[in-house]
Amino acid sequence: MAQSEQEILEGLAEIVNEETGLDTDSVQSEKSFTDDLDIDSLSMMTIVVNAEEKFGVRIPDDEVKNLKTVGDAVSFIAKSQS
Amino acid sequence: MTAERRVVVTGLGATTPVGGTVPETWDAILAGRSGAKTMPFDWVEKYELPVKFAATIHTQPLDVLTKVEVRRLDPSAQYALIASREAWADAGSPEVDPERLAACIGTGIGGVWTLLDQWDNLREKGPRRVFPLAVPMLMPNASSAAVSLDIGARAGAHTPVSACASGLEAMGYAYEMIRNGRADIAVAGGTEGAVHALPIAGFAAMQALSTRNDDPERASRPYDTGRDGFVLGEGAAVIVLEEYEAAKARGAKIYAEIGGVGMSSDSHHIAAPEPEGAGASRAMVEAVERAGLTPKDIVHVNAHATSTPVGDVAESNAIRRAFGDDADGMPVSATKSMTGHLLGAAGALEGVFTILALHHRLAPATINLDDFDPAIKLDVVHGEARKLPDGDIAALNNSFGFGGHNVAVVFTSI
Repeated sequence: MAQSEQEILEGLAEIVNEETGLDTDSVQSEKSFTDDLDIDSLSMMTIVVNAEEKFGVRIPDDEVKNLKTVGDAVSFIAKSQS
Repeated sequence: MTAERRVVVTGLGATTPVGGTVPETWDAILAGRSGAKTMPFDWVEKYELPVKFAATIHTQPLDVLTKVEVRRLDPSAQYALIASREAWADAGSPEVDPERLAACIGTGIGGVWTLLDQWDNLREKGPRRVFPLAVPMLMPNASSAAVSLDIGARAGAHTPVSACASGLEAMGYAYEMIRNGRADIAVAGGTEGAVHALPIAGFAAMQALSTRNDDPERASRPYDTGRDGFVLGEGAAVIVLEEYEAAKARGAKIYAEIGGVGMSSDSHHIAAPEPEGAGASRAMVEAVERAGLTPKDIVHVNAHATSTPVGDVAESNAIRRAFGDDADGMPVSATKSMTGHLLGAAGALEGVFTILALHHRLAPATINLDDFDPAIKLDVVHGEARKLPDGDIAALNNSFGFGGHNVAVVFTSI
């Protein structure tokens, strides 16, 4: 079932919080995973796999490098769900 | 030739089956409280384990660490981090050049929970569901690495692995590092988080564990004729070691000095102790000699004493072999009667107890000693704690591991 981008953002923020301890409010669309949120590649892989499970989508490894910002990830998940 | 560098203990930390800190743990030991309890885990019945109790951790890591720390560390490393933070704070968080600061944390088994959890993930959900940190969490050096990251230690992070002697061997290794000038301060000890179905089934299969399921608190009974094996425990203990002159100069609280370390190997059997205790006694003699002492100077022994029928007698023989009649003047405490056997953390925890015994001049009582085994030729402290003499005194801590590893450390009052 497709979710709104806002719902996806909130769900993603929970995943990031669980993995990194970052406050969910700090996980905003324009934030860069590496530059703003200081998420390393190992944590990113965990977030990706947890997002796949939570949102019922598949995020190929080749695609992960294109997900620079939180918004990129939200858009990719929304597109995959539709 | 520079003057010999002396090594002192300036901080203590522990998380154990009887307390979340050193003061809590020591209070429980002096009160004679057992940490053994029936395991509340569903896997005990699921796998029909023959042993249904263990000395599980007193304070859950989530009560002390952040959620993210718990998520990214195996229980063994969580315990190590908790104990090292307490020890470091207890030492007053000394200012030190990171390149002169070392971390030495031994473990018997390492990240067994992570290894087996992730194996379950692989089998049930596939390779993509294996946690990306699986390998750095399960590796045995994960604990020394986590501690070195936490305190910023860059002189070296080391992980002695010698089964149940690991924790004390780590203290010995750190002592040598400071003596040899490789470091000025070291955080050292042992950790274990192996209260898991597989190690329990394995130890039970070799008939090493007590099966006193109906009375867990009475199950660990070193030197008693009714002993039937050890009680598995978990936790960590860590000390801060420091070069004496520097510690004195900064006004550090000094608990004790490390007088000498002795190590040997049996080359006898992969699991059984050498019955005459030749290897173990060599380690003890070496520790006393390296401390520049004689057996008459040793006023207390914290024994390895796991509560196995064979092991307790072998250690008694080894102590007699090492010290002869002088052993009569060495009141022996078997604190595993309360903590259970913390495997790779055991020697470190008993090192802490030995240091505290010197510091408070009090040898803790062994519990559950109702019917003294006549094969044991030792003066075992039981009933109530024994006052240790005033003046300069020394105490010995023994630790032995599967594989025939023997470690003995002499601590002295200061």
